[in-house]
Amino acid sequence: MALAELGLGPLGDSLEELRWTFESGKTRSISWRKAQLQALLNFLRDNEEQILEAIHEDVGKHRVEAFRDEVGVLIKSLTHNLDCLEKWVAPKKTKLPLAFFPATAELLPEPLGLVIIFSSWNFPMSLALEPLIGAISAGNTAVIKPSEISPTCSSFLATVIPRYLDNKAIKVIEGGAAIAAQLLEEKWDKIFFTGSPRVGRIVMSAAAKHLTPVTLELGGKCPVVLDTRFSSSEMEVVVKRIAWGKWGLCNGQSCIGVDYVLVEEKSAFTLIGLLKKAINKFYGKNTKECNDYVRIINEHHFERLHKLIRDPEVANSIVHGGSVDKEKLFIEPTILLNPPLESEIMTEEIFGPFLPIITLKNIQQSAGFIKSRPKPLALYVFTKDETLKKLMISQTSSGSITFNDVAFQFLSDSLPFGGVGQSGMGRYHGKFSFDEFTHEKAVLRRTLLLDLEPRYPPWNDFKLKFIRLLYKYDYFGLLLLLLGLKR
Amino acid sequence: MDISLIHINIMPYHASSLPLVKLVNNGKVCAPRIRNLLGDREASITPKQTHPTSLRFSWRISSSFSSSATESRPIMEDEMKKMERFDSDSAASLLKELRGTFASGKTKSYEWRVQQLKNMIKMIDDNERAIMEALQQDLAKPRFESFVSEISLTKAACNHALKELKHWMKPEKAKTAITTFPSSAEIVSEPFGIVLIISAWNYPFLLSLDPVVGAIAAGNSVVLKPSEISPATSSLLAKLLEDYLDSSAVRVVEGAVAETTALLEQKWDKILYTGNGKVGRIVMAAAAKHLTPVILELGGKSPVVVDSNVNLKVSARRIAAGKWGCNNGQACIAPDYIITTKAYAPTLIDGLKNILEEFFGKDPLESKDLSRIVNSNHFSRLAKLLDEDKVSGKIVHGGQRDETRLMIAPTILLDVPEDSLIMNEEIFGPLLPIITVDKVEDSFDIIKSRSKPLAAYLFTSSKKLEKEFVENISAGGMLINDTVVHLTNPSLPFGGVGESGIGSYHGKFSFDAFSHKKAVLYRSLYGDAPVRYPPYTPGKLRILRAILDGSIIGAILALIGFGKKKLE
Repeated sequence: MALAELGLGPLGDSLEELRWTFESGKTRSISWRKAQLQALLNFLRDNEEQILEAIHEDVGKHRVEAFRDEVGVLIKSLTHNLDCLEKWVAPKKTKLPLAFFPATAELLPEPLGLVIIFSSWNFPMSLALEPLIGAISAGNTAVIKPSEISPTCSSFLATVIPRYLDNKAIKVIEGGAAIAAQLLEEKWDKIFFTGSPRVGRIVMSAAAKHLTPVTLELGGKCPVVLDTRFSSSEMEVVVKRIAWGKWGLCNGQSCIGVDYVLVEEKSAFTLIGLLKKAINKFYGKNTKECNDYVRIINEHHFERLHKLIRDPEVANSIVHGGSVDKEKLFIEPTILLNPPLESEIMTEEIFGPFLPIITLKNIQQSAGFIKSRPKPLALYVFTKDETLKKLMISQTSSGSITFNDVAFQFLSDSLPFGGVGQSGMGRYHGKFSFDEFTHEKAVLRRTLLLDLEPRYPPWNDFKLKFIRLLYKYDYFGLLLLLLGLKR
Repeated sequence: MDISLIHINIMPYHASSLPLVKLVNNGKVCAPRIRNLLGDREASITPKQTHPTSLRFSWRISSSFSSSATESRPIMEDEMKKMERFDSDSAASLLKELRGTFASGKTKSYEWRVQQLKNMIKMIDDNERAIMEALQQDLAKPRFESFVSEISLTKAACNHALKELKHWMKPEKAKTAITTFPSSAEIVSEPFGIVLIISAWNYPFLLSLDPVVGAIAAGNSVVLKPSEISPATSSLLAKLLEDYLDSSAVRVVEGAVAETTALLEQKWDKILYTGNGKVGRIVMAAAAKHLTPVILELGGKSPVVVDSNVNLKVSARRIAAGKWGCNNGQACIAPDYIITTKAYAPTLIDGLKNILEEFFGKDPLESKDLSRIVNSNHFSRLAKLLDEDKVSGKIVHGGQRDETRLMIAPTILLDVPEDSLIMNEEIFGPLLPIITVDKVEDSFDIIKSRSKPLAAYLFTSSKKLEKEFVENISAGGMLINDTVVHLTNPSLPFGGVGESGIGSYHGKFSFDAFSHKKAVLYRSLYGDAPVRYPPYTPGKLRILRAILDGSIIGAILALIGFGKKKLE
């Protein structure tokens, strides 16, 4: 059912306007795209303080963290796209076999049309605007539906974005599940969704009705494989990075954050000791009062997380932390040692400050452990052993693998960011964002001057021989055949 | 069912495996032919390769079951019932087996992929005649056409993949920036896992194997479901793939809607479907349940715009070859309709008529060079398009048909109304409507008002018109001054946009279509910047700002305390 029929006249009209703008061809011009990217850059620079505040309001992120993971990253992407756009939009010439002579072929990137971006609350700015940068760069018109779970950022985007960007081509539509469901009834040329696999399935089913391609950025349990054959000073850096990857990225509420750690039995206690030290160094003795420590997004998620550790067997496995404060939506950094593998904490994505440590006899077993579970969005492997690196790359499957660090793959414009299997489909960042919102049109140009007779019926043996040689690119044979010298 | 021959294979080394049974009806293997129903593991090892001592029995049964086979009748019926139903359970056990193969890592090796591709080439070379015969049986496809558009193209795809595979499989180095310094990065292509390929009847050989080549090249396990509408090719594929390829990793499931449904219920790692938009939607919705990515190769009404300044003879020939010389219009990229100017239409029609006579003679229904309509359903669908009141008077050439032989002659129609059936569904047959406009540029609006086609063709000698056409019209692929041949070029992606499909393949694009591009980042433990870790301070913000801006000098300044911007 169209929005207009649902009594949502203004929304329906908005989409009409966006389609009309796309049809007008305006968004295809490079100058328009650049102007929009520049305007988005201005939006971020002019409103940095307000944006950092809005993020703090919704998610409780410290402004340095918010700058690092949201504003700063966006500025970096915008600068990159402004630099590269002209190169990306140029048609790509492709090679042709001589048999096609005279002809030229190219791949021409063209925008898909009207796209919608459903973003998520944990990185309320970057997950809404990073895909938008791709959509604009590729020349589409776009709707952003920010998550209603981060309402301050959502309404900030809805009020301030129109002051900077072309309102006839880019709109922010706010709302909850009901609006999202109505939007999904519409025909889009691309749907870009960041969120959970459960909603991802709903989005893709809705897209199927209109044959709309989808990009699904989902999550999953991202493991850390820790091979402890490091010197003690290296181990400190390693554990710091793991701790940061868990609690320093929106306090575990991040799709690429560390979910659990695989380590050899003999090293578990060293690891726990170092993790405690890192937590202390990051957040001090009293995490509850620490401004740098992010709270849980809302009561619903607090309850969900609290339930995970109320399972008695799981509770028994807690070796550090575990205290909660519902009033403040606070959950302490919590380490668990070998919680049951069939418990919910080990079957569902945690998306919060719990860090289960699973011990193995030897670290090579981690490949089998990961393979037997749904493919994660990211895999982090800490090791100096080149054989183990090779083994992990070839034996496991995940959206990405990062060696000796956490989450840094997200920062690289030259690496595709996206999942596989349960962790999603499609990819973005840098040129990949551009491609994700682009149709590469194959264009082959021929002339009418030269025509090969044997292409056409009525068929005979001569023509069959001719084509046989042509497919082998046997030009000498062709010549002989034409001269009547070949049997 | 009229059964004349049964093959039973027994694998002596597998106590758990039951005999596999093949029902052969008048020389054709009956669909569905899922021997997996009768045993869990049998087909994973082809007897010829690994079990020299396996036994193969064949015996004949008369249709009345009167002779020596009488006693086997009760078992037969029981087994037949099972075989007629390839259900979810059979599909699930098939997948389980293929998962086992994939998990063993065998399909990932370069050697395995190359061996399979080489085997496929051998399979094609050994069976060229049988393939042509099957296509003749299913579609009355002329041998020449079968060779040009099915056999050669499939072989070319294998050869191309063989030549390039090493290069394709190499991890792609990626640049790294100051933000992740010090580090190195690459993109590794890895197979998705188990892929399902559902193919179509119009090019039943090419559209089945071309994607299989990509799936194998990328290192996946594959299940191919050929179309039941071309049964001879379907059963030939089932036989050939089993004989030539590693059947622990590559399988054919024959069947129709029920079998396809059973397959679609399973969790695949990628699905490629070739066919129509209606089924495409069903496939994608089924894929959504398991979050499986899809490639949909659909069709649409591919237009041909003809300017009045062209070389008539060559243009008419190329249009006619694309329309009637490719399976008599039953091709997803065949020209669907023509748009030309009112003034030029009569000239063009004359040109087409002449060419048609040159191609197919005075009586095209008797021509050996013209494919027939695939079946009576499609014949009556096409007849209905022609018989519509507002359309039947518009025929300017052809129109002859012979229902008993399922032949329809090349037919040209002039100025059919926009709201007629023929202008609102993909024709997929030998009918070619011509729409006329005052100025050739007016064609753009007609094309743009419809859903995006798989291909768009333009014949012109005007560079300006060509430029405008390329810029303004959206289509899967575009070809200037010719039809169809862009399909044969492995350096161009083949696929649709909008209603004409999702995703693309051919050449390297096939490899990419069946590969997950895994981002791999190597970091070192040196140069660990405290700036990223809490506790957070204004100084850290300053440094981050500089690093993310990509300014090395700014970062150094901030590090030594010369940051310009004041904070907090």
